[in-house]
Amino acid sequence: MKLKLHVNGKKKSVEVPPMKRLLDTLREELALTGTKEGCGEGECGACTVLVDGTAVNACLVPTCQVDGCDVQTVEGIARGGGKQAARLHRLQRAFLEHGAAQCGICTPGMLMAALALPKHAALDEIRAGLAGNLCRCTGYMKIYDAVAQFLDGERP
Amino acid sequence: MIAAEGVEVLRPRQLKDALMMLRVAADEKRPLVPMAGGTDLFVTLNAGQKPAARYLDLWRLDKLRGVEARGKRGLAFGGLATFTDCIESKVVHKRLPILVEAARQVGGVQIQNRGTLAGNIENGSPAADGVPVLMAADANVVLRSLDDERRVPLASYYTGYRKTVRRPDELIVRIEIDVPDGAQWFEKVGTRAAQAISKVVMAAVGHRVAFGSVAPVIVRAHKLEAYVADGGRDVAEAKRLVGQDVSPIDDVRSTAEYRRRVVENLVAAWLPSLGSGPAGLDKAPASR
Repeated sequence: MKLKLHVNGKKKSVEVPPMKRLLDTLREELALTGTKEGCGEGECGACTVLVDGTAVNACLVPTCQVDGCDVQTVEGIARGGGKQAARLHRLQRAFLEHGAAQCGICTPGMLMAALALPKHAALDEIRAGLAGNLCRCTGYMKIYDAVAQFLDGERP
Repeated sequence: MIAAEGVEVLRPRQLKDALMMLRVAADEKRPLVPMAGGTDLFVTLNAGQKPAARYLDLWRLDKLRGVEARGKRGLAFGGLATFTDCIESKVVHKRLPILVEAARQVGGVQIQNRGTLAGNIENGSPAADGVPVLMAADANVVLRSLDDERRVPLASYYTGYRKTVRRPDELIVRIEIDVPDGAQWFEKVGTRAAQAISKVVMAAVGHRVAFGSVAPVIVRAHKLEAYVADGGRDVAEAKRLVGQDVSPIDDVRSTAEYRRRVVENLVAAWLPSLGSGPAGLDKAPASR
């Protein structure tokens, strides 16, 4: 099926089978490989993207259900890019400052899930908001530190 | 990658069109599988299960969204009401706080945003976390077809493992609850609060008790309920009776023996919350 969507603020049109996963459409049709596949069963959150501002697992969403929607992926959060030097998003800079990434596979999903959290979130809210994102390297403290700094929320 | 090629998806915008599509499919005996947020469906597809030939995408049926208060103690959940809708609803917090508690433990936020109560019910998993709460609260499932609507008590909705009374031409359009009086209680026992599929789930509203993951379907504990409704509070007797209400098995997540023990322990932990009188009469709805 042919469908139109906004991806990172740009109009896109793709022709894909309706049940193709949003994850595969992003990676294979739109060359946005920042969104990772981890478990493929909604456990790890590595494929988290925002659909109309709501965090979802792109591995569990059929592309037909994002027809006409606004999809945000990790590629869209920094400013600039291409020939121009990219200016990282404040959340990305917080991750760098706090050393909140190690192997990096979970990072795009962590960033997108964190972007769906409210400002000044309590630590419990941050924990609950990231409960669907697994990191197998660093543990979570540095990630919570970075997210709390970004949200101006409660520090661990 | 999943085998998405060749799968047909019908995408109605209106409920009556969806019901017509289901009717035609039923008449022509060409299965049409309703699909809501996809959080259960895509897990099975990603694991390699062959997709159905045809799906009915319900996601655009906006009339089925949301949660409403009904009367003084009632709740009506649309067929597309998500776990996030439950968590964010003030009236659910007030009238059925254990549903909020259960919804928060369904997967992570990403799953809560897409998973629906109706999908949780219809998919028929014995480990569904939301269903025991709805069942303990005497929920009714409203099934609509092109020419009629019927209300089925959730407690009699399942006919066997992942089998329900829904006919192929019907759709869950609403879940209705008149929240009964009585203390509310919920406990999920799993390896981790978020993201883990449960080993045992128990929900109670007054003397009404439902368990998940301890039988082929979510069950009400009828023998236990009759005992406590009569004022029975003896822990040993309650444990003995609940043992007859459940039939757990060994599987990848736990063993039958462990589940039995946990069920008994949960009942022992729950009993004191009932007070001494006949259950359900002396307490206002409240979370623990």
